[in-house]
Amino acid sequence: MTATQDRPAAEIGKDRRRKEDQRLITGRTRWTDNITLPGMLHLAMVRSPFAHATITSIDVDAAKASPNVVTVLTGKDFGEELGVNINAWPITPDQKAPVHSPMPADRVAFAGEVVAVVVARSAAEARDAAELVDVEYDEQPAVLGIKNALKDEVLAHPDLGTNKSALWIFDSNDAGTGSDVEAAIEEARSNGILIEREYRQQRLIPAFMEPRSVVVDPTGEQLTMWSATQIPHILRFALAATTGVPESKIRVIAPDVGGGFGGKLQTTPEEWIAWAVARRLSKPVKYTETRSESLMSAHHGRDQVQTLTLAADKDGKVTGLKVHLDADMGAYISIVGGGVPVLGAFMFNAIYKFPAYRFECQTVLTNSTWTDAYRGAGRPEATYAIERLMDELAAEVGVDPLEIRERNWITHEEFPFTTVAGLEYDTGNYEAATAKAKESFGYDALRAEQRERRERGDRVQLGIGVSTFTEMCGLAPSRVLGSLDYGAGGWEHASVRMLATGKVEIVTGASAHGQGHETAFSQIVADRLGVPFEDVEVLHGDTQISHKGLDTYGSRSLVVGGEALVKAVDKVVDKARHLAAHLLEANADDLDYSGGRFTVRGTDQGVAIQELATAAFAAHNYPEDMEPSIDAEATYDPVNFNYPHGTHLCAMEVDTETGAVKMRKYTCCDDIGTIINPLIVAGQVHGGLVQGIAQALWEEAVHDESGTLVSGSFVDYLLPTAADTISFDVVHTDDPSVCTTNTLGTKGVGEAGTIASTPAVVNAVVDAVRHLGINDIQMPCTPERVWRAIEGSRAGGATDTPSDAMPHFQEGALNQDSTEGAGQ
Amino acid sequence: MTKIELTVDGAAVSDDVEPRMLLVQYLREKLGKTGTVIGCDTSNCGACTVHLDGTSVKSCNVLAVQANGRTVTTIEGLADAAEGELHPVQESFRECHGLQCGFCTPGMIMQAVDLLAENPHPSEEEVRLGMEGNLCRCTGYHNIVKSVLHAADKTAGGVSA
Repeated sequence: MTATQDRPAAEIGKDRRRKEDQRLITGRTRWTDNITLPGMLHLAMVRSPFAHATITSIDVDAAKASPNVVTVLTGKDFGEELGVNINAWPITPDQKAPVHSPMPADRVAFAGEVVAVVVARSAAEARDAAELVDVEYDEQPAVLGIKNALKDEVLAHPDLGTNKSALWIFDSNDAGTGSDVEAAIEEARSNGILIEREYRQQRLIPAFMEPRSVVVDPTGEQLTMWSATQIPHILRFALAATTGVPESKIRVIAPDVGGGFGGKLQTTPEEWIAWAVARRLSKPVKYTETRSESLMSAHHGRDQVQTLTLAADKDGKVTGLKVHLDADMGAYISIVGGGVPVLGAFMFNAIYKFPAYRFECQTVLTNSTWTDAYRGAGRPEATYAIERLMDELAAEVGVDPLEIRERNWITHEEFPFTTVAGLEYDTGNYEAATAKAKESFGYDALRAEQRERRERGDRVQLGIGVSTFTEMCGLAPSRVLGSLDYGAGGWEHASVRMLATGKVEIVTGASAHGQGHETAFSQIVADRLGVPFEDVEVLHGDTQISHKGLDTYGSRSLVVGGEALVKAVDKVVDKARHLAAHLLEANADDLDYSGGRFTVRGTDQGVAIQELATAAFAAHNYPEDMEPSIDAEATYDPVNFNYPHGTHLCAMEVDTETGAVKMRKYTCCDDIGTIINPLIVAGQVHGGLVQGIAQALWEEAVHDESGTLVSGSFVDYLLPTAADTISFDVVHTDDPSVCTTNTLGTKGVGEAGTIASTPAVVNAVVDAVRHLGINDIQMPCTPERVWRAIEGSRAGGATDTPSDAMPHFQEGALNQDSTEGAGQ
Repeated sequence: MTKIELTVDGAAVSDDVEPRMLLVQYLREKLGKTGTVIGCDTSNCGACTVHLDGTSVKSCNVLAVQANGRTVTTIEGLADAAEGELHPVQESFRECHGLQCGFCTPGMIMQAVDLLAENPHPSEEEVRLGMEGNLCRCTGYHNIVKSVLHAADKTAGGVSA
């Protein structure tokens, strides 16, 4: 199946240290904020403190008079050249979406929205002057929270007449991929098991470490934008499409970018404002956000209420799943917008053979920070729901959570398998991943310890959480995206330049921001082309160098971009073969290509591909029917997604007196097909795990009732530290099920850890206290929520956990701490 | 404006600065030491960690004037990169894949060097506690901890700044 099998695989699979690291560990990096240009001016944004208000007046006189201020501009000062921030995925034809001006002139719809921009000679002077801009607001009622938004009593955008943006539905009965879920539910209600739950996907903040920054240089023929973005190519397209500058006059550069996690998959108001100001003043400008601005105005992620109904027979065989999502889009429909929860639509059935499935997603607008992709984008939410439900089903049937999964999963002999959501899973081996994970985890011993602690009535109880996840990634087949009304395709582009000195330049349309493409792509090319790893240079992230691409998100760079690279390299070899035959005076069919060298079969004659590159450059002697070049390029559009999967097992200790939780062990066995670089893969898994674990235990973006983000700094938004986390046990199956739709057999890994880990952790926490009558704890599972759940169960009441913060002191009580025995 | 004189990465420098200027702004804006970066406004993230007279500080939490007469070492002065040299901790971060996007890395490395100078043979727990003031969003800390332990092992006598 894979052409690589008959080539020496010297590099693929090797734990190469990264090419990127030398500059990063010595501080020789080019972050956007490091860029300084002659005459460059600095921007500071004036932001609305109100979640919903009309702008009555803006007095900029004092700010303009402040030292070294060049100008102060408001929404009224700009016309159409300011452009708009676009939504590229209208999920239904009748989707309601407000126009998203980067700097509205009349009305703000969330706290943090930009209403004026100060331009000064230094960043500090710009910020000083921003304090002097006097904005009069007429505060309007704000709608916050999904359930409030659904009532349509207060409107986020009164002109739209409703907060409901779009309702997207998939029904297996209508699609012909399964039967009617309502029938299954009725049957289960009378003769089987029905699990009905509401789960909350709290709002998260991507919180990449490098704050967003943008530099625009309008001097020269092409206008250049440097931006801390994941998507330089999409950014260039959107600038051209909305600001009237021809695409050919725009150069976008994503230099070193410090993390993204979906958070830099956006076209931002700040980029658009910087673009407009630079054009207006004909001067280079820079804007770098503060962390507080980043947390407040860069898009958030998740934020769904999931209403779930799982029907099963008495043996725990699932007969149907019905999902209704309400998803908070925030104040505007962002670039992917409602497409994020819709990506989850195909994943609720996960690794299981469900006969009936219905999915509905209602997106709503609120007066809060907009939401969009955050690592996993739709798939973590789906995976959380189904993996939590499968544990609930196991508890209902009275069997081990792994047993209930085995009764329902697709067995390895059944691939390729068309799911009830209509996707064709090409390969997978859930049995093998589970067996390996169980063994490495020491599953049986931990279960025995759990029993022992329960019997002993130990204060600290042990819980074991399971998550057998799969995901669809490698975005994406363009035709599929088109059928879902996404505005662009999902192909990727690559080119190979064979330099005269024998070095090889690879240009990719993927745009790395920490993933290690320079290393992994060099390994692929080194093997496929037969040149030394060190001789390969990977160029990316500059639209003038990489003129064509669709950038990095959705675990697509290796599986789509890597395959484009393979196709381009193969074209180079074909061209080189023709040139080699000419130079060696042999028939092309008699040439063997191995280790970077063409040899004439049965002779000792040969020529290296790097010599051919030099010969093509000199062009003194080449066939009449070819151009003097062996360079090549390729655009690759995948025919299917790919489906990594894995079994994640987590052991949590829960202190039943304080509610404190502690991770004891975490094992994951991911099947991601062929591994190009195991070191990089492990890093992706570790980082992904912690982001997913953080949703389960720590992170939550909270707006107060007036719409102010109260978790607006790293003091309040709880990013985990080294002291909060543990070292992980990361294993892979011995014989991975390789992806059949790309040459290398690779599957995506960038999001896997995040998708899988959240339910594993919450399942473990719930498992530790399930014997107390608890079947859910809302995320993040803070000690307070766990303690309240335990207290609630002791009181014999409900296990609902409130979302409000615990008051420090009980109402009406002067001092609730008993002083009995004190001072003795 | 206040005149300050200090040593940064082995070079004597002198400037007039605003009293409110932070050390990290001074390093980046006046000296072009952009290897040291700013990740937050609340001294939580540690991305701006440098050494002041050999001890790690968050340079967003120090005024430039407070560095007057003192010695500052940044990631750019930790080893002579131009000569191809790397500090053992830099080497360990590369060896153990202790970085991905690399934005937190200069701060992480500077903090790790300080930690190992104080405690040349830390346990995993001690490394985790000692690195607690530096945030990373990419690595999940697994390989950062490994990198610090690896650096400690490699230099049996401890790592010095």
